[in-house]
Amino acid sequence: MSSALARDLAAIVGERHVSEARAERFTYAMDGLPTHRRVPDLVVLPGTREELIAVVRLLAALGVPFVPRGAGTGLSGGALADQGTVLLVLTRLNRILQIDNANRRAVVEPGVVNAKLGAAAKPHGLQYAPDPSSQTACTVGGNVAENAGGPHCLKYGVTANHVLALEVLLADGSVVELGSPGGEPWGPDLVGLFVGSEGNFGIATKITVRLTPLPRAIRTLLADFTSIRAAGEAVTTIIASGIVPAALEMMDQSCICAVEDSVYAAGYPRDAAAILLAEIDGRNVDGVVAETEAVTEMLRKSGARSVRSAATEVERERLWQGRKKAFGAMGRLSRDLVVQDAVVPRSALPHVLETICTIAQNYGLVVSNVFHAGDGNLHPNISFDATDPALKQRVEAASAEIMQLCIDAGGTITGEHGVGIDKLRYMHLIFDAESLGAMQAVRRVFDPRELVNPGKVVPIHACREWTSIRNAKFGMRNDTTGFNSAFPIPHSAVEVTR
Amino acid sequence: MTILDKVTALLGEGAVLEAAPDRVPRVAPGSPDAVALLLGTAHQEGWRVRIEGAGTWLQSDAPADIALTTRRLDRIPAIEPSDLTATAEAGIGLDQLRQQLADRGAWLAIDPPGLAGRTLGSVVSTATAGPLRHGYGPIKDHLLGVTFVTGDGRMVQSGGRVMKNVAGYDLTRVQAGGFGAFGVIVLVHLRLRTLPRADVTYVLEGAREDLTQVGEDIAAAGLTPAALELVSPALARRERWVLAVRLAGSPALVAADEAGLGAASGGGRFAPLRAEEAHAFWMRLAEGFAVRPVTFRIGGVPTASDELLDLLQHQLGDEWISASPAAGAIRWTGDASIDRLQRLRRTLAGQEVPLTLERAPWPLRGAVGHFGAYREGVGPLVAGLRRTFDPGGALVVATEGT
Ligand SMILES: Cc1cc2nc3c(=O)[nH]c(=O)nc-3n(C[C@H](O)[C@H](O)[C@@H](O)COP(=O)(O)OP(=O)(O)OC[C@H]3O[C@@H](n4cnc5c(N)ncnc54)[C@H](O)[C@@H]3O)c2cc1C
Ligand SMILES: Cc1cc2nc3c(=O)[nH]c(=O)nc-3n(C[C@H](O)[C@H](O)[C@H](O)COP(=O)(O)OP(=O)(O)OC[C@H]3O[C@@H](n4cnc5c(N)ncnc54)[C@H](O)[C@@H]3O)c2cc1C
Repeated sequence: MSSALARDLAAIVGERHVSEARAERFTYAMDGLPTHRRVPDLVVLPGTREELIAVVRLLAALGVPFVPRGAGTGLSGGALADQGTVLLVLTRLNRILQIDNANRRAVVEPGVVNAKLGAAAKPHGLQYAPDPSSQTACTVGGNVAENAGGPHCLKYGVTANHVLALEVLLADGSVVELGSPGGEPWGPDLVGLFVGSEGNFGIATKITVRLTPLPRAIRTLLADFTSIRAAGEAVTTIIASGIVPAALEMMDQSCICAVEDSVYAAGYPRDAAAILLAEIDGRNVDGVVAETEAVTEMLRKSGARSVRSAATEVERERLWQGRKKAFGAMGRLSRDLVVQDAVVPRSALPHVLETICTIAQNYGLVVSNVFHAGDGNLHPNISFDATDPALKQRVEAASAEIMQLCIDAGGTITGEHGVGIDKLRYMHLIFDAESLGAMQAVRRVFDPRELVNPGKVVPIHACREWTSIRNAKFGMRNDTTGFNSAFPIPHSAVEVTR
Repeated sequence: MTILDKVTALLGEGAVLEAAPDRVPRVAPGSPDAVALLLGTAHQEGWRVRIEGAGTWLQSDAPADIALTTRRLDRIPAIEPSDLTATAEAGIGLDQLRQQLADRGAWLAIDPPGLAGRTLGSVVSTATAGPLRHGYGPIKDHLLGVTFVTGDGRMVQSGGRVMKNVAGYDLTRVQAGGFGAFGVIVLVHLRLRTLPRADVTYVLEGAREDLTQVGEDIAAAGLTPAALELVSPALARRERWVLAVRLAGSPALVAADEAGLGAASGGGRFAPLRAEEAHAFWMRLAEGFAVRPVTFRIGGVPTASDELLDLLQHQLGDEWISASPAAGAIRWTGDASIDRLQRLRRTLAGQEVPLTLERAPWPLRGAVGHFGAYREGVGPLVAGLRRTFDPGGALVVATEGT
């Protein structure tokens, strides 16, 4: 990439905020997933919305592709930029523009860290409910792009349920306002369409979110089980009862031990096959107490060895700390980690969890489960050492088998981490060529030249071409672009493994 | 060969129903594939198609060569009470769906305006939520995925059947509230709740300003009603405005909220309705919006609700209004001219409040459009989506007005 471009960009954002040097660019070669690595040609950190717009207009005029990046905690390789691509890091756009207490909403810049927004809302008796475990680092812009979830999304809903309006910078440098402050769309729900589009439809430059009142009463329960199946059945029982806990999280033994061996030791019983962390909250103390009793009873009846209630706020925070830092703790188990994110129907949990154990045993691998059980959102993680090619092959085979298991159970390939580049190869397993083609066509409505975050989300090879726009002009319909949707995408084409 | 001959050859005699009042042939495909076949042919032949559900909400009066009704797409392939999910075809009547869910202890927490037999597809495509949006959110929050057929006959799936899903772009969002302009919805995957074991309704009559205050007090007191609806006297058929509070959920939670209600009512006394009375009250409210010629919704921030109600009263008269002030959602029905509606939409747009025309005779619908007064840059995106999903313009929908 030409140094003339670097100079022009520096003229907009200042020299300090353009990185050309190899060492600096290497900092941005990965996101939260250690298995993909790509070094961007140029890294730019705009300091204001106006600088960002000027940068994108320059790149658009030159036809240079670019990738928006928040904190880089993503777990699907979405914020990686290839050669010939400029990485736009948005962490300097970190102002909370407004907290509207009366209407319970906030307006923020995309680089605001999730937990900072929560902290700013708290004095008003409000919270920003979506709480990804990475919340102390990840940005609201990244949350919007991934439609991030979190433990408390079981009751409160995911990011998509909390975004009311967006200002979006399109790839051609124009700015559009989607949605309205009240949340009612101007026609089709373009805000909902943008959320979860993984930076493929443009860059969110201003985000209006809904805040919710802080609960007045919270009860946190720790239940431990001697079998994974029993823990899975407890989840199914609670969900079917109609009580919606604020959170219902599960960890298996391997994960429990990883946490207990780390500085985030939470006092989880090491000899348990699985633990459930259940939280009941609400605005009405009596109601919360009654529901907590009911849930405790259900946990006991499902075979919990013990059910413990956090007696103090400190104890509650410790229980949650262990859960939220579990990924980090697992990072200590070995050099590399495959992070999966499938979702299954909740009633399938016992069967799926048991089968995952069997698959792990068959391949001689360590699989640790830590996940949002109440939503059926699994995170089976495989620890391994990628420098061992034979081991790496076994990990890939086991991952594919686990994914197929979840799909066969009626599930999907990703519940919150997104497709990015990591799950491109699974997309054709759940979407036919026509549906993938439709997605690609919608992307082109927002970004006809595919300049923003190219090569992510939709496996182009697997799309049935959506050529009807062109053909319609000639009054004919193209029926000859039949395509074999089972076409396997060569592994080497979608990732570079460390 | 007439259009009717071609359709009969394509889908069989069983698919052709009695013609619509304006003599447009009415076709009822019996499966999603048949919808795709019909629209593919319509696209090739240049037929204009209007979409109908059960025929209870919009007048069947859009100029078209055929009317495609989803009423034979009325199966419910799956109800999973333990997962709290269901899959239903778009032509199923909401009343039938509700009954089948209740038999399995499950509940779809929506109560859209209109007659009980409205199709699920029409509710999704018009994104018409009722009072329950206060506690359970807009229609889109109840959708896990949809399958739809584009105007040129392609079948597209989006979303899935599980609680969380971020695989690919969420095309479901374009269909929810798209009024059929981006395709015909054939299948809907729904998120359910358990049938509430306690479900009670209280009403309080009074001056609008007083009731608004009571509503705010209820929210501040930490109560979590399923619905908190402010209803105009004419619509409620009462002397004064009515604040209706619906509490639904576990008996323990409902009892706790009932106890808090008295304290929050500012001296006024909430009257409980007996179960049949409550049912009749909410039903009358829903049906009230399907009898007058024009129905629209607007959405602003909660603190603007009072001002918006004043504006409607001033510009159109306040006879038939229902509002969820805390959700900032207001629905109006009555008689209004093209000119007045267009003016109102412009005024509201200046306050960042969208007006969505939900129901009106074609001449008015065509002129005003379901949507309009977009923010800058939105128009081209909507037009682009329309071209993508209906390249030949086969689907006759008054998206933006003329
Ligand atoms: C009480 C009553 C009064 C009536 N009054 C009149 C009258 O005054 N004049 C008259 O001509 N007829 C009248 N009718 C008849 C009736 O309105 C029409 O015959 C009917 O066919 C039109 O309803 P619909 O299917 O559009 O309604 P709905 O099924 O409610 O559909 C509403 C909207 O949703 C869209 N839609 C529906 N299903 C889907 C789907 N699956 N995918 C995408 N979009 C979809 C439709 O395009 C439409 O925009 C009346 C009927 C009743 C019951
Ligand atoms: C330890 C750990 C725990 C995690 N726990 C969870 C969890 O519980 N739930 C969950 O959902 N995720 C979780 N994640 C994943 C990750 O934190 C989320 O996906 C988060 O939303 C990413 O935010 P970010 O700012 O780091 O975005 P990045 O990783 O920088 O970017 C992610 C994607 O967003 C795009 N993007 C960033 N900003 C914008 C913008 N302003 N406009 C448009 N596109 C943009 C990028 O191009 C990229 O495609 C976890 C990650 C880690 C490392």
